[in-house]
Amino acid sequence: MQSDLLSDALSNQRRSEKRRWSVIGILLIVLVSSFILDIATGPSLLNVKEVANALLHLIGFPIEVDPTTKVIVSSLRLPIAIMAVIVGGVLGVGGAEMQTLLNNPMASPYTLGMAAAAGFGAALTLYFGSLGLNANVAVPLGAFVCCMLAAAFLFALATMRHISSGQLILAGIALLFLFQSLLSLVQFVSSPELSQQILFWLFGSLSKASWSNLSIIAGITSVCIFFLIRDAWKLTALRLGEERAKSLGVNVSRLRLKTLFIVAIMTATVTSFVGIIGFIGIVAPNIAKILVGEDQRFFLPLSFLIGAFLLSSASVLSKVIVPGALFPIGIVTAIIGVPFFFWLILGKRR
Amino acid sequence: MLKIKNLNVSLDNLTLAKDMSFSLEPGKVNVIIGPNGTGKSTLLKTLFGDILPESGDISFNEASLKRKQLSQWREQFGYMPQDIKLDIELSVLEVVLLGKLDALSLRLDDALIKKALIALEKIGLLHLANRPVNRLSGGQCQMILFAQALMRTPKILMLDEPVSALDLHFQHVLLDHLDTETKQQGWVTLMVLHDLNLAAQYADNLLVLKDGNVIASGHPSEILTPALVKDVYDVNAEVTKDSYGIPFIRTIRQGFTPHQPTIKSQHLQSKRTICI
Repeated sequence: MQSDLLSDALSNQRRSEKRRWSVIGILLIVLVSSFILDIATGPSLLNVKEVANALLHLIGFPIEVDPTTKVIVSSLRLPIAIMAVIVGGVLGVGGAEMQTLLNNPMASPYTLGMAAAAGFGAALTLYFGSLGLNANVAVPLGAFVCCMLAAAFLFALATMRHISSGQLILAGIALLFLFQSLLSLVQFVSSPELSQQILFWLFGSLSKASWSNLSIIAGITSVCIFFLIRDAWKLTALRLGEERAKSLGVNVSRLRLKTLFIVAIMTATVTSFVGIIGFIGIVAPNIAKILVGEDQRFFLPLSFLIGAFLLSSASVLSKVIVPGALFPIGIVTAIIGVPFFFWLILGKRR
Repeated sequence: MLKIKNLNVSLDNLTLAKDMSFSLEPGKVNVIIGPNGTGKSTLLKTLFGDILPESGDISFNEASLKRKQLSQWREQFGYMPQDIKLDIELSVLEVVLLGKLDALSLRLDDALIKKALIALEKIGLLHLANRPVNRLSGGQCQMILFAQALMRTPKILMLDEPVSALDLHFQHVLLDHLDTETKQQGWVTLMVLHDLNLAAQYADNLLVLKDGNVIASGHPSEILTPALVKDVYDVNAEVTKDSYGIPFIRTIRQGFTPHQPTIKSQHLQSKRTICI
């Protein structure tokens, strides 16, 4: 009787794992669909079959493809579509780990002021000029440096012995306000043209995607995600609370610093190339949590996939809202993010 | 043997251990009792290496606790802190599995899952294995965390008020299991309890803490006296012994007058008599 119960419990666990892998599989299919749609939409509308053929051709399948379609797909739209997937994924994972680290569903690199710091860095570079560097290099660099400075401040707090997660979140929110005010100050003292340039950077845009940008982002992101996955169980244990994680043998301060550093590097990298894209960092992990729970083996990849899907579909929307024009993607994510946010808050109440 | 020698611990200018020395033998259940705020939890945290003592030495089998080898030191421990809140979207089984954190990989091993299930079976909670842990009662969470601590197969097991949320049945399930395993596995078990009668029933060695010092230690039948209870808790008590010689503590309320049955309860009594 008891051994029946035991094998039942074991097979239930395996079934639950399979269910969570299927959710990941389904999201992967949904993401691929949105990715293809993202490539298909634009000033010249391509059909899905053409896009699929062009993609298969690019990865070496011997399929005949129209040369114009091939150029549109490979040179113009594919980098943007891949950028949407990677950036969305990174924002999702960044939010997931911040929420894990700080034990708070409201935490994300955005709400902790890291994105605002990047915005301030970019604005400052635009204001003072690129100091002899190419503007395409100087602005992301400025954003990266400021984002890492904000992260360094959070690190310094995190290393202090008696700083709790709650205090770290409050400090992050204070940073958010500080950098937003400084950003407004730079805009206030700038000429109208420069102010507009800053505003467009802040909206967030995938249009600067190029194969060289992508290789940097993809390289950094994959290394960072590899390290996060390696700590998957420790991060799961951390959600039981710091004291309990310690009791299970986790070096909590080291894990906290390491994860904060990885998230900062990822966020700084993507934000410096695409600007500020909000809400994905909060929304994606919360949806992932509802779908697969908080076992990081599933939670982390699903947060990536949901973040990637949200930004990829926002990219599609940004092209179809005003036909022929590119709507700033940062605005679209906020607009689709807000209803989700309300749904989450009200869902929690239920 | 776990040895504590001349330990001094202060937190926020409050002395919680003053030149404290004692040693704990393997295969025995050691229970710490003492008033609130006297440093019982702090002592456990210090032994675990979470709080740095001002001076003194803590050693296990002649190897001293050193800052630089903290992770190796902690590997020997199973530690169940006081907090029993489990607000996480995980199944009971997954929470228990976390007890064996170092052995977990991306694909969970069948043998490891079975080990966690057996730990749950031993405490009578196998039927909860696949339930979400955030929907359990506080008492059930406490039992799950006990199973998690056992998963670590420790040499030293420390439990901070492990029965605070448990009903009478599970108090005894947990403590009986703890007693058996301690003796079978030869663990050094150290737990904080507030219930003096449970402490008297389960302790092989009782440590009484007051003002940063162990003011009495030994078998409960030898040290639990009305004078000790009065000295430590400032409460009057009667201490009797059962047929096994285990002390039973009954506290006496000050200014107590015997209870007079109310009219209602007299009425109920007479009704019951009629029914019978």
